[in-house]
Amino acid sequence: MASAKEMKSVLFGPIFANNPIALQILGVCSALAVTSKMSNTLVMCIALTAVVAASNFFISIIRNHIPSSVRIIVQMTIIASLVIVVDQVLRAYAYEISRELSVFVGLIITNCIVMGRAEAYAMKSTPFMSLLDGIGNGLGYSVVLLVVGFVRELFGSGSLFDVQIMPLVSEGGWYEPVGLLLMPPSAFFIIGGFIWVLRTFYPDQVEPKE
Amino acid sequence: MEQYINLFIRAIFIENLALSFFLGMCTFLAVSKKVKTAFGLGVAVIVVLGISVPVNNLVYHNILAPGALDWAGFPDADLSFLRFLTFIGVIAALVQILEMTLDKYVPALYNALGIFLPLITVNCAIFGGVSFMVERDYNFGESVVYGIGSGVGWCLAIVALAAVREKLKYADVPDGLRGLGATFMSVGLIGLGFMSFSGVSL
Repeated sequence: MASAKEMKSVLFGPIFANNPIALQILGVCSALAVTSKMSNTLVMCIALTAVVAASNFFISIIRNHIPSSVRIIVQMTIIASLVIVVDQVLRAYAYEISRELSVFVGLIITNCIVMGRAEAYAMKSTPFMSLLDGIGNGLGYSVVLLVVGFVRELFGSGSLFDVQIMPLVSEGGWYEPVGLLLMPPSAFFIIGGFIWVLRTFYPDQVEPKE
Repeated sequence: MEQYINLFIRAIFIENLALSFFLGMCTFLAVSKKVKTAFGLGVAVIVVLGISVPVNNLVYHNILAPGALDWAGFPDADLSFLRFLTFIGVIAALVQILEMTLDKYVPALYNALGIFLPLITVNCAIFGGVSFMVERDYNFGESVVYGIGSGVGWCLAIVALAAVREKLKYADVPDGLRGLGATFMSVGLIGLGFMSFSGVSL
């Protein structure tokens, strides 16, 4: 059994020090388009964290029985089945949000974080540690997404979780919304800025000159 | 005929997979350091999207859609919940077959695409294109056009980004922003440029 210190670093390391999006360029793929509203972002983060944690756990349980030549297809099958479960749960209990997320729930399958962690960590570690690693990476992904969602919804439409924080000019208030933030490209600027801030605090992540 | 041309133009410019839906971002950012490799990957994506979208269209409408199994004597069957698993399986199989066929008959192209082909299985652009096809209920003809069009759009976007990045290495970027940060910003700017197409009415 691993020590408490090691468990802590596996769980919290990926949040800032080894963030999957900012440092490893993993998993930017599918989910940026859902960050224009906090409620959608939060559901997406929970769904992804659940899938990474569960897939890491199950893959790690059977890791000694998977022949290495077909491991990718085995991992894919496990991940796809978990995503189907998540999708069906969302349809049953949060139909509105499931409609808005549309194809992006399905795209968790091809999210590189899930595959990447299964391949890099779960295939060589015990089930419990893999579970922690999955939750940690899910959280690291969630932090970036929630920051982006927060900035986009607060300044783009003056609200958070659909509750109006800053009254809009069009409704008699004082806040003129920044329309740019509701458009897809703004997410790139915010992530670029996020990476900049992160690397100012962790200078060892700065890339060497070419 | 006109509707197909409209769909083609829309798939390339207005609903660009990479720039307005953020699909295929991992490879988009990782393989865009040189124009030449970016172009190779772009062509591979066009080929795979152009084949897998129509094939999955056939699979969905003949096997998975509600009531589609009528021909086999199961008019009430609804297998649409299996679609994620099926699509990813079909895509993986197609990529594998394509790889073996190219290796045997067109070795020059195989060498050019080489390492990119296996990567494409987990490229969200392919899976995203297939999911959009189901969601928007395209028929077979539309799915062929949509598959090729969205592939061309993705290829255009990655080549544009690679061209910008080749020049960007001569720029004096602040330390924390060098590399990934600056790349994100450039993608945002290219995306803004593509936004101007959204005013085009077809």
